[in-house]
Amino acid sequence: MQLYLPIAEVSVNAFLLLGLGGLVGLLSGMFGVGGGFLITPLLFLVGIPPAVAVATSANQIVASSFSALLTHLQRRTVDMWMGTVLLIGGLLGSALGVMVFNLLKALGQVDLLVRLCYVAFLGTVGGLMFWESLRAILRTRSGVAPQRRRHNWVHALPFKTRFRVSGLYISVIPPILVGLFVGLLSAIMGVGGGFILVPAMIYLLGMPTKVVIGTSTFQIIFLTAFTTLLHATTNQTVDVVLAVLLILGGVIGAQVGAQIGTRLKPEHLRIMLAILVLAVCLQLALTLLLQPEEIFSVEPVE
Amino acid sequence: MIRTWAALLALLLAVVAPARAEEIVLGLSSDEVAITATFDGSDILIFGAVKRAAPAPQPAPLQVIITVSGPQEPLTVREAERRLGIWVNSRAVRVDAAPTFYAVATTGPLDRILRDTEDLRHSISIPRAIRAIGNDVGNREDFLDALIRIREQEGSYQILEGGVDFEQETLFRTEIGLPANLTEGDYVTRIFLTRDGRIVDSYEASIYVRKVGLERWLFALAQEQPFLYGLMALAIAIAAGWGASAGFRALRG
Repeated sequence: MQLYLPIAEVSVNAFLLLGLGGLVGLLSGMFGVGGGFLITPLLFLVGIPPAVAVATSANQIVASSFSALLTHLQRRTVDMWMGTVLLIGGLLGSALGVMVFNLLKALGQVDLLVRLCYVAFLGTVGGLMFWESLRAILRTRSGVAPQRRRHNWVHALPFKTRFRVSGLYISVIPPILVGLFVGLLSAIMGVGGGFILVPAMIYLLGMPTKVVIGTSTFQIIFLTAFTTLLHATTNQTVDVVLAVLLILGGVIGAQVGAQIGTRLKPEHLRIMLAILVLAVCLQLALTLLLQPEEIFSVEPVE
Repeated sequence: MIRTWAALLALLLAVVAPARAEEIVLGLSSDEVAITATFDGSDILIFGAVKRAAPAPQPAPLQVIITVSGPQEPLTVREAERRLGIWVNSRAVRVDAAPTFYAVATTGPLDRILRDTEDLRHSISIPRAIRAIGNDVGNREDFLDALIRIREQEGSYQILEGGVDFEQETLFRTEIGLPANLTEGDYVTRIFLTRDGRIVDSYEASIYVRKVGLERWLFALAQEQPFLYGLMALAIAIAAGWGASAGFRALRG
């Protein structure tokens, strides 16, 4: 069934959009990532204008994350305090990111920078996660007990506070910095930032994987809600009809994903996410390296 | 003397007459296209007749050219180039105005039924229609060629040679398919009658394309009350997230 989207001004198959939403929701529930890094390029492929795709996927992420959060709250795997601290940094970072984005836009080449950002971050994060979780899997196979929570520089900073759900007693500075960085990137790259947040929380802050996913979901909701409002008021590029279709698929997918997530081992979850991140990274890298079929491109002037 | 004058007058009439003697009477299947929620492109039927004061003159057959042009919008055309191993947008050209949609339907090959000078004057063919707007791209004509090529592949620019049925040099009809990604606005429809490559008569009408119902309401809200619209989008998202969670909990008992 074809549906005309009022803001995107294109007609797209409704079931295709439902399917896309479902796929991304599934990942969101399983891994705690918003899925923005996946849905935005997929929407480009379907023919949605980039500005509308970025703004609307932020709105869709709010829904699938909220659905996933409720499940995590039930299981008490959300560290609200940690989430709030991350969010404070995140909102600051995203405001800063919007300024950086506009500066880059004025210089031109913003497309290229966004793409390079994607390749660099997805590549690094995916590679590191892949390597680490592979070692974790090999360790459990060989039966050696893993060494959890090493003391590093993170534990030497002031303003210490207790994050009870995470079982941590660390300074608030690293979470705020992590939040700031993620907020900055999310504004530039148009994503929730879960794929950076999740590994940062695991490896930098030393949080247990199960808590990480719920907490990341918590902070993503607020960050993407902020982004949605920002896009709606400044560019008028949020397409509600598109969002509803993605959401319908997404919320169902998120529920299924959260169920699958509880049945899998954390290191298996991590290696699957790593492979997914690397696959998207590779695809983007190829578009940069291979000669495009049409070397010209047309875009409307805003 | 009078005879010479009469002969001259007759000659003059013969030259002038065709231009006045053949006129277009136009009909449109609809002068409005409504974009509804389930809009999936639309065919517009353009038909009409040639009204004659005198029997059709014989020298060359009469031809019909019909153009439909969507609203104009400014564009940036970019060219990619390989630098340091990766493909980067290098040069860009701003096109001040290009139609979002342009279709030309004719009774025969355009280059045979329309002279270049006439094309230049009335900007009928796709390249002329785009250049006519005064888009100055310097010596980079290839940017405009690229624009036309890309839009033709998308189906936004169409050339339908032989797409007009012309019965007895009197009744003509054509169907033009408007794509699904239609922009709102006035779609200017022009009809030209040509004989021997020269334009004999022309006619212009507008088809008004607009969103209706829910589409109209959402679009207006997004433009006029963006903050409210954003809050509504968020409310829908939260409600849907909660609904799905509650629904699944109920399913599991």
